[in-house]
Amino acid sequence: MRAAELNGDARPVGGPIFTAGFNALLAIVGACGLVIVWRLFRGLGAVSAMNDGYPWGIWIAYDVVSGTALACGGYAVALLCYVLNKGQYHSLVRPAVLTSALGYSLAGFAVLLDLGRYWNIWKAPFLLNWNRNSILLEVALCISAYTVVLWIEISPAFIERWRDSTSPLLRGIAERLTPFLNRTLLWFMALGILLPTMHHSSLGALMLIGVSKLHQLWFTPLLPLMFVVSCIAMGYAVVVFEATVSARLFKRPHEHKMLTSLSGVMVGVLTTLVGMRLVDLISRQRIGLAFTPDRYALFFWLEMAAFITPAILLAPKDWRRDPGIQFLSALMMMVAGTLYRFDVFLVGFNPGPQFSYFPSAFETLVTLGLIAVEVAAYLAIVKRFPILSGAPVAAGPPGLVSGLRAAS
Amino acid sequence: MSISRRTALKGLLTAGAVAATGGTARAALPPKRPDPEAVGLLYDSTQCIGCRACVTACRDANGLAPQPTSLRGAAYDAPTDLNAHTKTIIKLWNTGDAHGYVKTQCMHCVDPACVSVCMFSALHKTAGGIVAYDKDACIGCRYCQVACPFDVPKFEWASATPKIVKCELCRDRLAEGKEPACTAVCPRKAVIFGKRSDLLREAHHRIAASPDRYVPTVYGEHEAGGTQVLYLSSVSFAALGLPALGDQAIPYFTENLQHAIYQGFIAPVVLYGALAVVMFRNRKLTEESQEGQP
Repeated sequence: MRAAELNGDARPVGGPIFTAGFNALLAIVGACGLVIVWRLFRGLGAVSAMNDGYPWGIWIAYDVVSGTALACGGYAVALLCYVLNKGQYHSLVRPAVLTSALGYSLAGFAVLLDLGRYWNIWKAPFLLNWNRNSILLEVALCISAYTVVLWIEISPAFIERWRDSTSPLLRGIAERLTPFLNRTLLWFMALGILLPTMHHSSLGALMLIGVSKLHQLWFTPLLPLMFVVSCIAMGYAVVVFEATVSARLFKRPHEHKMLTSLSGVMVGVLTTLVGMRLVDLISRQRIGLAFTPDRYALFFWLEMAAFITPAILLAPKDWRRDPGIQFLSALMMMVAGTLYRFDVFLVGFNPGPQFSYFPSAFETLVTLGLIAVEVAAYLAIVKRFPILSGAPVAAGPPGLVSGLRAAS
Repeated sequence: MSISRRTALKGLLTAGAVAATGGTARAALPPKRPDPEAVGLLYDSTQCIGCRACVTACRDANGLAPQPTSLRGAAYDAPTDLNAHTKTIIKLWNTGDAHGYVKTQCMHCVDPACVSVCMFSALHKTAGGIVAYDKDACIGCRYCQVACPFDVPKFEWASATPKIVKCELCRDRLAEGKEPACTAVCPRKAVIFGKRSDLLREAHHRIAASPDRYVPTVYGEHEAGGTQVLYLSSVSFAALGLPALGDQAIPYFTENLQHAIYQGFIAPVVLYGALAVVMFRNRKLTEESQEGQP
């Protein structure tokens, strides 16, 4: 009981971990593992369709660029909760931060798989000459740092559980860490907002080097800003998605009021994004390209439709209250943001007519395997650790920080 | 609540303004000029007879295996493009009225995109402005391939320990006092080696001497901020397959952006400070309002 008191609401869901669904996920992970072994011995060309024209495939476009954006729930909710001081969203913070921590960790792993000469990484802090002009270096440092920050942000959930552990080791760790976290957690939370702002803008800036390769419907000096705004939209969408699925899966109360107002926030973010996109295209006099009958225009409109539809669905207040519409809109926003990233990194990227790329089956299997790891880890952790809230909370409950404070 | 929200927004806007003025107050970085000692190639496509001696010499000099293609039982070393075993290649151009040849290899840009993006400077400018590769600093991220407007760097996709492969202007031969393999072997002197400034003068001299033989510009003099490999042609450079790039170096915009935002790391630090102030203040407000409640 004590663990529950410490955080007010969050408590483990309980139940068996190895369910049929969980075992199915493990099977996908196993298959993915085999492909990874093959890649290590036979090289990237043996498992992927990447080539000299399209040196980055879905491991970068999905696992890293879209994956970290879909892992922006922690960022988006923390922005709302701690910067805009909307305390009512507190109970969404922990599950959001957990999905973020898992998402970023797997993105980091995907990068290692994708690196041709991954073994040279150990030299980076000591022997290698850091090129401060490299946007990718900034992205790499920022993502690594943020992954650590996310695990620190979620650590109270583990500590609360370990306090009551029968293992003296875990209990000792929990007792030592509690005062440290009470003193420093808010500093890490601030980093947890700064770092994603930096690297999501930089992920967009990565493709600004493609002056002659990236299609003009996507090449804009505003890419960094577009990436930040769209990752915030995706972050909120993932929170709605995850809260809805968790409520259904674990038969918990649907945090309806909160998700409704969150959906209201999404309308604003989406409208800003679509507005920016159109104003940019019109002012750069590139809007005509959207009416040229080719695959670029097709993907542009698919992407715009995926951004605009949820904004329309969520705009009327009584539609916004409908959990079905909330869920569908969140799903569409996740697709929209992902499609935007695919467009910038793959669809709109044209290295020349001699090159083409479509992900291979093995490459896709690795991506599915990493998603399976993430889902499986999430399921196991919420069953054993206090992540999900038992009931919706009206206002300003003791959150991560004040809860720990009260405990110490 | 609304007061603290206003404070939050004000703090963040201030941080944003600092970041923005940091960018505009400073003058933009000056475009990079070619090194006076920069070396390169001058390729005159009107002189090239397509004998491909340069392709074979390049293989030999760089220890690259031939790329056999089997056709009706016979083997040909006939790669269709630059690849992980081919650092230079001769292609055919054909406009319908006329045809000829064009040589492709690293352009050794004055301000190369590949060097700008390389995280640990595995690709770097070395003596004579040559774009050189150091495999021990390379982690294989392949951002150079994304960045290069000429699609020059190639990756060993079939290897478990892959490297980036590209022309390094035979820098080991230069160190021995020899010229690059391709220029040494060329029977028509269609490709010659020299200082970029001398090559540029020679190129303009040839145009002036036979104005009806050449289009009046030298590709690489200004393209993408200038390249150290220069081209002369009797037809448009587009017909040769050379990309139409503006005069601005490819990394010019991104480097200015990066410098503007991260100059002295001031903007991130200011933003971090503002976030921390707002968040500590919010926590205090929340705690006060909770104490006020029964």
